[in-house]
Amino acid sequence: MGVTEKHMSRDKKKRPPAGQFITTQFNSLLGWARKFSLFHYPFVTACCGMEYMSAACAHFDIDRFGAGWTRFSPRQSDMLLVVGTITHKEAPVLRTVYEQMTEPKWVVAFGTCAVSGGIYDNYAVVQGIDRIIPVDIYIPGCPPRPETVLDGLLKLQEKIQHQDQDWRWKKRTY
Amino acid sequence: MEEKDVLERLRERFPAEIKEITRSLGDEAAVIDKAALLPIVTFLKQKPEDYAMLLDLTCVDYRGEKPRFEMVYHLFSLTGRARLRIKVRLDENDLWIASLTPLWKNAHWLEREVYDLFGVHFEGHPDLRRIFMWEGFEGHPLRKDYPLRRSQPLIRLKD
Amino acid sequence: MPTRIQKEARPDTMLLNMGPSHPAMHGTIRIMLELDGERILNSEVEVGYLHRGFEKTCEHRTYFNLLPYTDRLNYVSPLINNLGYVMTVEKMLGVVVPERAQHIRVLMSELSRISDHLTCLAAMAMECGAFTVFLYKMKAREFIWDVIEQTTGARMTTSYIRIGGVRADLHTDFDVVLKKAVAETRGVLKDVHGLLDKNKIFLNRTRDVAVMSPEDAVAYGWTGPCLRSTGVLYDVRKAFPYLIYDRLNWDVPLGERGDNFDRYLVRMREMEQSLRIVEQAAARIPKTSPALTAGGIEPSAAIRDSRRRRVREAVALSPNLEGSEEYRYPDILASDKGYVVPPKEETYTSIEGLINHFKFFMRGHGIRPPKGDVYFAVEGGNGELGFYIVSDGTDRPYRLHLRAPCFHIVAALEQLIRGRYVADVIPTFGSMNMIGGELDR
Repeated sequence: MGVTEKHMSRDKKKRPPAGQFITTQFNSLLGWARKFSLFHYPFVTACCGMEYMSAACAHFDIDRFGAGWTRFSPRQSDMLLVVGTITHKEAPVLRTVYEQMTEPKWVVAFGTCAVSGGIYDNYAVVQGIDRIIPVDIYIPGCPPRPETVLDGLLKLQEKIQHQDQDWRWKKRTY
Repeated sequence: MEEKDVLERLRERFPAEIKEITRSLGDEAAVIDKAALLPIVTFLKQKPEDYAMLLDLTCVDYRGEKPRFEMVYHLFSLTGRARLRIKVRLDENDLWIASLTPLWKNAHWLEREVYDLFGVHFEGHPDLRRIFMWEGFEGHPLRKDYPLRRSQPLIRLKD
Repeated sequence: MPTRIQKEARPDTMLLNMGPSHPAMHGTIRIMLELDGERILNSEVEVGYLHRGFEKTCEHRTYFNLLPYTDRLNYVSPLINNLGYVMTVEKMLGVVVPERAQHIRVLMSELSRISDHLTCLAAMAMECGAFTVFLYKMKAREFIWDVIEQTTGARMTTSYIRIGGVRADLHTDFDVVLKKAVAETRGVLKDVHGLLDKNKIFLNRTRDVAVMSPEDAVAYGWTGPCLRSTGVLYDVRKAFPYLIYDRLNWDVPLGERGDNFDRYLVRMREMEQSLRIVEQAAARIPKTSPALTAGGIEPSAAIRDSRRRRVREAVALSPNLEGSEEYRYPDILASDKGYVVPPKEETYTSIEGLINHFKFFMRGHGIRPPKGDVYFAVEGGNGELGFYIVSDGTDRPYRLHLRAPCFHIVAALEQLIRGRYVADVIPTFGSMNMIGGELDR
């Protein structure tokens, strides 16, 4: 982000004080705006939900990082937190929820089960949600500590800041 | 006269149907005949035995043995503070057993679970469907011949 | 594929689908409602969205290795699940657990019970709109989890209670942390009583809503706080006392009406009783022999000194540090060599120790209970948490079945919400404490 002063007038007296104008790339402005207003949709299924609750509550307070609003409608949220084990029975539900979200959207795989199936390598469990939907950030841990969750959130924000903002609505293929 | 315990009373009442009684590690268990399940549990549920609660109902797959399946019922008496285990052997080719839904309400779901995971059918069950897996799932996952990792995805998965 | 209710529904009614991805359905349950206006004519509860194949997986793990899976059954009170499983195996093996370990087990399982009830009621209150209660209870839970973390090393999935005893001894300043957690929880319970007990909104949504009769509760196989809220006295800790529960002084709170409010109140009172148990157990806990608790010099001082001279004094190491606990083993683990993990000191320093270690973990060796089947139950957060294990004499269970208390409780949901309004589903379901991992296994 570059900050420069713009010379609006030749008259030095009428020149506005420094810092009132910011020029930046539209891309990074959008990224900056988007990364601090993450409305998240917790797709809570299992154990990790308990640590999600801890992370969202007063002790660890995810709100400090601009992701405080929990929206229980996929249409109003832009960060999908997949918290817990996804079984084959749950998989179509998860995909439907993902498809209902509007762009731009990001997906966080919260916990080892969502990342890779974890210790449940059997007939019932999907071995990682990236086989169903695209994932942006993987948070490991069984369950991850709230600090890990916050770290993952910061990583996602960094990613959002630096990625190409498709500010025209564009369907992603996966 | 020493008071007889429930297993002996049961044997007195149903001499032909009780195949075996065991007491191991403080657990009392009776292996009974398949046809006698309803009369025996009805007798146990009523007073004076008063096993009013169906604690648990499950199945074990002894693959390779004959008969292959074994239904395991755990009853509990609130007044007597005692548990009792009833076992019934089921043959693989004749996987039918009487449903306990007329006696206990939780048998409804428990039997659906056993039907889902083992494929045992219950005669007289009002709504015998799969409970954990979905309609169209092939096989019964808790049987010993179902491989642990054989999954049947509902939607197409990426590799 | 049409479900039962879709086939049976009257043409003039509306079908409403709640869940599985619904904030009040906790993500893993789906209720189809047949509605006439706001009134529920019929419903169908579908479970299984978190069926993770626990029982099948356990058949492929050794008795020692499957312990982490039990953590994730009722993931709000993992220590009680550990306890239930471990005590079932101990019943098969006939292991005698040291006195101190029994006290630690009681302490930990009661703390878990408090965290379970706190979470259940927090979620229930939040879904009824009482967000403050949610935040307060989560605060109390953090303090409880601090105690658990300091002892076990993990916040939730602890695997702390092991066959033959517990994984590690208590920390030296355990009492201080515990006292703080107990005081904080007491304060929160008082606050919550003040916020909810006479709250008109909360009462309207819970009082006389979803009333369960004692007869039906027994017929549904309800246990735990839900059964006791209907007035039936049955607590596994009283009926079949295990560990040291029969030596402690505590009561079983009972409800009268069996409605949502009673389920809330019984849980609140039970937490108070659990705090009593925790305090008594902490006071009565047998001290380790004084020579062992004498401690030593600080590790940092030992390192500093070692630059100048050879350090011969004992070094004060954390009691739950792996590799420093051989001398604590008699206090916290059974003496049977074959059933407990050999201490790391022996494994790393002697050939016999190494062989013992291999023999414990090698396939086909390790813990091999005798042939037979066994059922054992402990009082879990939701009720009678029973394990039924069939052993065929090998090192892995032939069949392991969990008697999940909330399976029986949720089975009654259809009956409880019939004829009520849609809004009544939320507190009813919340007061049942459905835990997906335990329900679907």
